[in-house]
Amino acid sequence: MSAEPLHDVGLVVNGAAHSVRVPARRLLSDCLRHDMRLTGTHVGCEHGVCGACTVLLDGEPVRSCLLLAVSVDGHEITTVEGLAGLSGELSPVQQAFADCHGLQCGFCTPGFLTTITAGLRATPDPTEDDAREMIAGNLCRCTGYQNIVAAVLRAAELSR
Amino acid sequence: MENDPVKPSAFDYSRPESLDETLDVLAGLGEDGKVLAGGQSLVPLLSMRLAAPHHLVDINRVSSLSYVRSGADGVRVGALTRHAELEHDDSAAQVQPLLRRALRLVAHPTIRNRGTTVGSLVHADPAAEMPAVLALLGGSVRVARSGGERTVAAADFFLGPLESAVEAGELAVEAFFPSLPARSAASFVEVARRHGDYAVCGVCAVVSLDDDLRIASVRAAYVSVAPTPLVVDLTSALLGATLDASLDDVRDLAVQSVDPEADIHASAEYRRHLAGALTVRAVRAAAVEAAA
Repeated sequence: MSAEPLHDVGLVVNGAAHSVRVPARRLLSDCLRHDMRLTGTHVGCEHGVCGACTVLLDGEPVRSCLLLAVSVDGHEITTVEGLAGLSGELSPVQQAFADCHGLQCGFCTPGFLTTITAGLRATPDPTEDDAREMIAGNLCRCTGYQNIVAAVLRAAELSR
Repeated sequence: MENDPVKPSAFDYSRPESLDETLDVLAGLGEDGKVLAGGQSLVPLLSMRLAAPHHLVDINRVSSLSYVRSGADGVRVGALTRHAELEHDDSAAQVQPLLRRALRLVAHPTIRNRGTTVGSLVHADPAAEMPAVLALLGGSVRVARSGGERTVAAADFFLGPLESAVEAGELAVEAFFPSLPARSAASFVEVARRHGDYAVCGVCAVVSLDDDLRIASVRAAYVSVAPTPLVVDLTSALLGATLDASLDDVRDLAVQSVDPEADIHASAEYRRHLAGALTVRAVRAAAVEAAA
């Protein structure tokens, strides 16, 4: 059996250029975690339902488990590892999650943080309804969402 | 590589840069070719190995296919236009307000950032909103192949569950959503277990009024109750009625017109009930707006 063809993929992840050679079937989520060793992006359902693997593609939130790495060759990706400041200070969304107890086990948190980071850029002054709409595509099995909604509003406050 | 993480089975991959190149590649592949646009339905099918195409043709670099063109007659949407781009296009929302309303019911914003409207038409999921919109409005899809193209009317486009009229070697390049005539409006309502889930039942309706603000025509399209988007002419139940007329007859006609199946999400009886109740809501909303 002939070897599976590999493709050169260049991505700028959290500001750093990465080059990998991967088969076309490599999902972006697996490329980030396995090929680039950026394990902050979590994979839950792996079919686009849970939102844990959400990353920013050129600034817009997308499910990394629903993208082929080869298909986003040349684009910029922001993962949860890229949200904090250069010296490690928490971003407003991360700080708000800490302030409001917006996480328990933490598995879903990377997807929430990336989704809300982009969501607050589009809606900087959200109502509670806006906050719920913003996170409606992300599942959390611990918190019951109340504290995550509070964290969205708190993050908006911290960003002002 | 050890522990090589793979979910989809292996496939060959092409990433053409232009429409002509895409059509040439597809022509060469025939039945073996499968187009990848947004991939929000295709990639899960690959990962679960429910689909195992020989060769994916990725059109994400064919930027000439990413556009929204609005004119008096309607809105034209290119094959690479993301749901979110169409949703946020103000001139499209002005020409055909149903587009934005329906798109807000399509999954979640994160999915709409990548998924394409034309892709969801070709995917032809009977639970999806945009095929019902195209069918309700009597739109069409322009389908190209190497050396030619054809335009397929919505009524001929949806052949069965997950089956559209796009054939091997072809690419759906553009969808056309017509605008509405004067004194007409459209609405979309649905019931889903959770917001963003596939609808248990969804109804979009177009109501047209005459000059005396009496009902001249009523059409509705149904989601999740038939193998393809089901368009029903409900005019006979309301012709000539005023805006304050009872909607009992139109509800009864809707209930008689659908023949849904039961599944894990809902019984056939419940779906039928929803078709009636949602028809009333959709018709009322469209009629009120048409009179405004």
